[in-house]
Amino acid sequence: MIVDVLVLGMLGALLGLDVVSFPQAQISRPLVGATIGGAFMGDVGVGLLCGVVLELFAHETLPFGASRYPEWGSSSPIAGAAAAAGAAVGSMPMSLLFAVPFGLLAASLGGWSMVKLRQLNARLARRRLEALARGSARTVAGLQVAGACADLIRAGALSMGAAACALPAVRWVATQQSPLEVYAVPMLASLGGAVAAGAAWKMFHSTPGTRWFGIAGLAFGTLCVIVLAR
Amino acid sequence: MTHAASTSGQPSGPSIATPRLPWRIRAAMISRLFAVQASWNYEILIGNGIGFCVEPALRLLPGGTGGATYREALARQCQYFNAHPYLASFAVGALARAELDGQPAARIERFRSALCSPLGSVGDRLVWVGLLPSCSFGALLLFGLGATPLACVLAFLLLYNVGHVSLRLWGLQMGWAQGLTVAAALGHPILRTGPDWLARAGTFLAGAAIPLVVMRLVDGGGLPRVGISLALAAVGAGALVLFHGRVEGWRLALFAGFAALVLFLLRHA
Repeated sequence: MIVDVLVLGMLGALLGLDVVSFPQAQISRPLVGATIGGAFMGDVGVGLLCGVVLELFAHETLPFGASRYPEWGSSSPIAGAAAAAGAAVGSMPMSLLFAVPFGLLAASLGGWSMVKLRQLNARLARRRLEALARGSARTVAGLQVAGACADLIRAGALSMGAAACALPAVRWVATQQSPLEVYAVPMLASLGGAVAAGAAWKMFHSTPGTRWFGIAGLAFGTLCVIVLAR
Repeated sequence: MTHAASTSGQPSGPSIATPRLPWRIRAAMISRLFAVQASWNYEILIGNGIGFCVEPALRLLPGGTGGATYREALARQCQYFNAHPYLASFAVGALARAELDGQPAARIERFRSALCSPLGSVGDRLVWVGLLPSCSFGALLLFGLGATPLACVLAFLLLYNVGHVSLRLWGLQMGWAQGLTVAAALGHPILRTGPDWLARAGTFLAGAAIPLVVMRLVDGGGLPRVGISLALAAVGAGALVLFHGRVEGWRLALFAGFAALVLFLLRHA
C-alpha cells in the first residue's frame, strides 16, 4: 500500500507537471492518466473505463489561461488506480461509482492548488523584479526552475494524499453489497454523456455549419449503436 | 540584420533574406518553449517564460552574455506577456529576430504589447476549443468502436502532439522569418480557417462518439438499457445547454457521486 501510494504520487507529480509547466503534451488528460493508473494497479481496462468517464467531464473544463479549472494530471491516475484496485477485490461498478467522483474532487482541489502555486510564483517574481530589470539570465532561469519544481511538489503531494485516501476507501466500498451496483455505470455513462454533449454544444455551436456536422455524427453514432447493441 | 549569421554570410534586411539561426541556439529555444509556462503567475503571466525562451538567441548580441545590450534585451523580454503557450513560439521567434536586428527598444516594446491579444485568442480557438476536444472525441470514438486501451491512448497522444509540436516549431520558424511583420503570418489559412474546420470535425466526432461511448460503458442489457441511458444523457445535455453559464455539469456529477456515497454509507451504518 505504501509503495503504491509513493509510486502513484510520483506518477501524479509527472502528469501534474504536464498540465501547465512542462511539456503540455496532454499526457495529463484523464483518458491517459487514469489508464496509466489502472495499468499500474494491474487492470488497464478498468483504468480506461474510469478515464473515459472523466474525459467526458473534462470537455467542460478547458484550460484557458488565468481561469481556474480542474487539474486532471495529478487526479486522474489516482482515480484510475483506485477503480482498478477496487475492481480487483470486489465490484467494478461500485469501484467506478466512487473512483470517478473522487477523481473529480481531487481535480477540483488540484485547480485550487494551482491558484496557490501561481500566487507563490508571483511572490517569487516580485522579490526578483530588480534582478529581472538588470537582465540577469540566472534569475530568469531560476524562476522557471523554481516554478517547475514547486509544481512538481504540488502535484506529487496532492497525488500522494489522494492515493492514500482513495485506495483503501474504494477497496472497502467495492467489497460491500449495494443495490446501487446495478445503476452505477449507467448513471455515470448518462451523466458523462450529458456533460460532454452539453460541452460540445458550448464549444462548437457558434461556428457556422457545425450543426450539420453534429447531426451527421449523431446519425452515424446512433446507427452504430443500433447495429452493435442488438 | 546586424548580428545573426545570414544565409549568405552577408548582412541582410528582414525583407531580403531570412538569416540563419545557429542550430544549437534554435534547439535550445525549441526545448525551452516546452517550459514557457513554468513560472506562470498573476504578475507578469508568461513574461519570464518568454525571456527564458528568447535568451539563447540574445547570446548572439554584441558583447555576449556580459554585454549591456544582452542585459537590456533580456530585461525587456521578461516583462509582462500573455499568449497561448503554443503560439508563444511566434512571439519568441519574432522578438529574438527584432532584438538581433537591433530594432529600437520602444518599437520592440510596442510590438510585444500588440502581439498578446491575437496570440491568445487565436491559440485558444485553435487549440483549446479545436484541436484538443477534436482529438479527445476521436479517441473516445475509437473506444466506443471497441479499440484497445493502448490504441485509444496512443491515437489521442499521436494526433494531438503532431498538431502541438508542429505548431510550436512552425511558430518559431515563422516568427524568426517574419520578425516584426509576424502579424501577417497570423492571417495564414491554418490560423484563420483552422479553428472552424477543427470545430466542424469536433462536432462530427462528438456526435458519433457520445452514443457509442455510452453504449460501451453500459456494456450489456441490450438496446433498451442503452436507449434509456442515452435518453437520460440527451435530457441532461439539454438541461445543461438551457442553464448554460449557471450550472457546471462536472460539479453536478461530483455532487451526485457524493450523494450516492452518503446513501451508501447510511445503508451500511
